[in-house]
Amino acid sequence: MTPSPPPRRVVIAGASAAGLSAAETLRREGFAGTVTLVGQERHLPYDRPPLSKQVLTGAWPAARTALRTAEDLRALDIDLRLGTAAAALSPAARTVTLADGTDIGYDALIVATGVRPRLLPWCGTPGVHVLRDLRDALGLRQRLTAGRRLVVVGAGFLGAEVASAARTLDVDVTLVEPAAVPLAHAVGHRVGAHLAQLHRDHGVDLRLGTQVAEIAAGTGRVTGVRLSDGTSLPADDVLVAVGSEPNTAWLRGSGLRLSDGVVCDEYNAAAPGVYAAGDVARWHHTLFDTLMRVEHRTNAAEQGMSAARNLLRPEQAAPFVPIPYFWSDQHGRKIQAYGQVRGHDEARVVEGDLADGRFLVLYRTGRTLTGALAVGMPPKALRRWRAAIAAGADWHTLTTDSLVA
Amino acid sequence: MRVEVDQPKCVASGQCVLAAPDVFDQDDDGIVVTLNDRPDTGMHDDVREAAALCPAAVISLVEK
Repeated sequence: MTPSPPPRRVVIAGASAAGLSAAETLRREGFAGTVTLVGQERHLPYDRPPLSKQVLTGAWPAARTALRTAEDLRALDIDLRLGTAAAALSPAARTVTLADGTDIGYDALIVATGVRPRLLPWCGTPGVHVLRDLRDALGLRQRLTAGRRLVVVGAGFLGAEVASAARTLDVDVTLVEPAAVPLAHAVGHRVGAHLAQLHRDHGVDLRLGTQVAEIAAGTGRVTGVRLSDGTSLPADDVLVAVGSEPNTAWLRGSGLRLSDGVVCDEYNAAAPGVYAAGDVARWHHTLFDTLMRVEHRTNAAEQGMSAARNLLRPEQAAPFVPIPYFWSDQHGRKIQAYGQVRGHDEARVVEGDLADGRFLVLYRTGRTLTGALAVGMPPKALRRWRAAIAAGADWHTLTTDSLVA
Repeated sequence: MRVEVDQPKCVASGQCVLAAPDVFDQDDDGIVVTLNDRPDTGMHDDVREAAALCPAAVISLVEK
């Protein structure tokens, strides 16, 4: 294959963590051409994890979520197009059309348009919130005052963090989850049950094995919810946290393969000259030998870097084979995990004790160690398992070793 | 190059320690600690990588 000429114009669609990381990487790698960074929101790139934590509790002003100073961004010398979303892609013409009608030509494109909250039919009712962007967070924060009643729908990581933040503000919180144990599919039954108890210990009214059947609205505003088990719960506000969907509607008809994300090869390439990174990208992870889409903050930065490097040097492209990492802050505890925890066959506590809230759990998928999760442990205790996961360590060997008691 | 860290923003991910173990460490709570805030030129690429990977924008580099 003849090497394609080096790109002169790179367009990055999406100005959050992955897009920013890609833009910075291009410059750090010496790319001197035009970089256009397109963002739907008007804000300079900001960080999302604090939205369900410090921004919601009021510990941080919104400005503290800025990922870079205006000066840092100026130094990058990028063409920043904020407040207008990428609306269409033509790979044949190599143009991205923005919502305001502008066409931007590119030699190479990185799609980093992220995800949006999955909605329920009654999401339009005033008082029913979702949480994805800064405006959502500030809107919800304003409502969270002592004694108000908040129903959180969905006890995934986001719902759990919002419940936790709201309790610090003395909000009455009910957390509704259809599964019998929250997060069991992700972190396992025992860890899920531990997190459920943590919610109860902090005054969250946890309703498991049931879901919201209907919403009650009085004079144009939510007044409560009715659960599928018949219970009625009064509410001043409702947060819907039932997962996310990739922002790929603008790519329909572009010829890119879309299947719960932009489908990429192991190099984050979706088509010639087109890459994807962050929450929106579903790429082939060669270690876990599966198509993966990861909605974790660290993945956005790592994948933005990888996409930018492979874009600049397609002939020496390196597969993107990260060991995923996530953290979650709930009721003063930090949960941290490496690897592929979801979909495991076995979870085993190897250090500490769930009863005292400090423990480390390893996860087996097939014959292989695929994940490790810790609560309340020093970082080095968890980090040493990262290398074993990266090496695809054999579970049987590990668990008969003295490493695991 | 001078390395500055905003410890109260640190989320204890340890990404910096993986990228530049001679310059960053974590305390028992996982919070970033700098081992060397004036790293030698040979470490600069790793330190820039660490700053870029940090999921909480904790690390700033004064390139002088």
